Amino acid sequence: MPMDAAFVAAKIGFVFFTVLNLAGLLGWVERKQSALMQDRIGANRAPIFGITLIGLFHPLADAIKAFTKEDFIPARANKVLHTLAPLLAVVPAFTAFAVIPFGDTMTLAGKTVSLVIADLDVGVLFVFAIMSLAAYGVVLAGWSSWNNFSLLGGLRASAQMLSYEIVMGLTLVGVFMTYGSLQLTAIARAQGEFFTFGGVNTWIPKWGILTQPVAFFLFMAAAIAESKRAPFDVAEAESELVAGYFTEYSGMKFLMFWMGEFVEIVVISGLVATLFFGGWQIPWLARDGFHVPLTDVVIALPAMLITLAGVGAFWTKVMILIWLQMTIRWTLPRFRYDQIMRMGWKMLLPLSLANIFVTGLVILLLKD
Amino acid sequence: MEQTMFYVFAAVALGSSLAMVMQRNPVTAAMNLVLTMFSLAALFVLLQAHFLAVIQLLVYAGAVMVLFLFVIMFLNLTDDQMMPGRRSILHVAGVALAIYALLQLRELIERTPASAPKPLAADFGTTAAIGKLLFSDYLLPFEITSVLILAAIVGAVVLAKRRID
Repeated sequence: MPMDAAFVAAKIGFVFFTVLNLAGLLGWVERKQSALMQDRIGANRAPIFGITLIGLFHPLADAIKAFTKEDFIPARANKVLHTLAPLLAVVPAFTAFAVIPFGDTMTLAGKTVSLVIADLDVGVLFVFAIMSLAAYGVVLAGWSSWNNFSLLGGLRASAQMLSYEIVMGLTLVGVFMTYGSLQLTAIARAQGEFFTFGGVNTWIPKWGILTQPVAFFLFMAAAIAESKRAPFDVAEAESELVAGYFTEYSGMKFLMFWMGEFVEIVVISGLVATLFFGGWQIPWLARDGFHVPLTDVVIALPAMLITLAGVGAFWTKVMILIWLQMTIRWTLPRFRYDQIMRMGWKMLLPLSLANIFVTGLVILLLKD
Repeated sequence: MEQTMFYVFAAVALGSSLAMVMQRNPVTAAMNLVLTMFSLAALFVLLQAHFLAVIQLLVYAGAVMVLFLFVIMFLNLTDDQMMPGRRSILHVAGVALAIYALLQLRELIERTPASAPKPLAADFGTTAAIGKLLFSDYLLPFEITSVLILAAIVGAVVLAKRRID
């Protein structure tokens, strides 16, 4: 029993530490990548003993700055809710990562450990349930600040998050139908199989992006809208609303909104990697070793090495997806509010329903 | 452990629902209701009904209450706009209803046999088990509910459309 508890604590520690640091690092990535894309030099200051390390110490400087700044609460603001809002924005984002598997099972000290904090039967629904609570952080921040810009930002955010949550959920129904489970470990494991064509193994892995390509694009669009980043950043549109719902925040609380946004990016990347890119799976690398494509040759490898390679593969996929989100964020201009609503309800929602219908049809046809 | 958790979440659920009724500020009241929903979901988890717990969070805490907050913020009423007169009648009616509900609850407790509950099936509360039940034993109520919801959606659209035209 104490052994199990230790394993659980180690897993929570590992995920928390990795996600927190990845999110912190994203503050630097965002500036550096935007600079590269706009032909600027970007973050290159904050030296420690003259070493700048291409500006990698900037997140550290940011944190020190935020800790020492004055924590300002507007005079007529609702103090309790104003303090609660940033917590509500950041805690659900972290919690959602609890059901995302970051590796296959691992045998340690005679015990088989599944590399996921909580392997829930409801799986991905848990992520949705928790992420939907993050809307309160934004809405309350907008309302409690006693500022019209904040209120407008909060209103826009609540309408947008509510609309795109529906699209996000419905899009994934096709994925559930294909893999026959809501459990994220089961979905990731099923993606290790190969397509068979007329009884012949094609050696193409059954990754979600190949079985559900439409769902991938719809989910990615809805997920970016859910994290309220450009082109869906009307809630904090700096050219119209100063900073939207977090206009009246400073110091640590401001940093918490910032962290919440970056953690959400990491969670979305982890979710997309698990649902559409095979999770920890590396093509042709099975539990017993590397299967050379188109042959029956199996190169046996130690189990521990395969598991660790899987963990590495998962985080690599996460980082590639983060890069993709950053590129989208710095490429596209902002949508208008009415365009966002029209796109969510009149384009993405019908498309996701059509995706469910077509998926059902294909499953029915392939059955016989 | 399980019992302690039950008492903690039950206390939070009761406390927050009481606070919801007592609060004058609509946003604080709504947030207290969210806390009630959250503790109810936790109680569902303690009863092994994981699917129900997640749906409770997703639908009530995540969607319905966000919509409530949206409307509250959209109207942004001041204190005197919110409670137009005749408050005493409402108070009397509320107290009478509460007493009635408590009496009903007592009767229910008296009718419940004081024996240990039956052991649960291994797949109790899983998504698959609930799906099977919904599409076999409870198919008719399930379909009737969906027709009802469809009617509500059409009604809402018709009402909103008349306003716009």
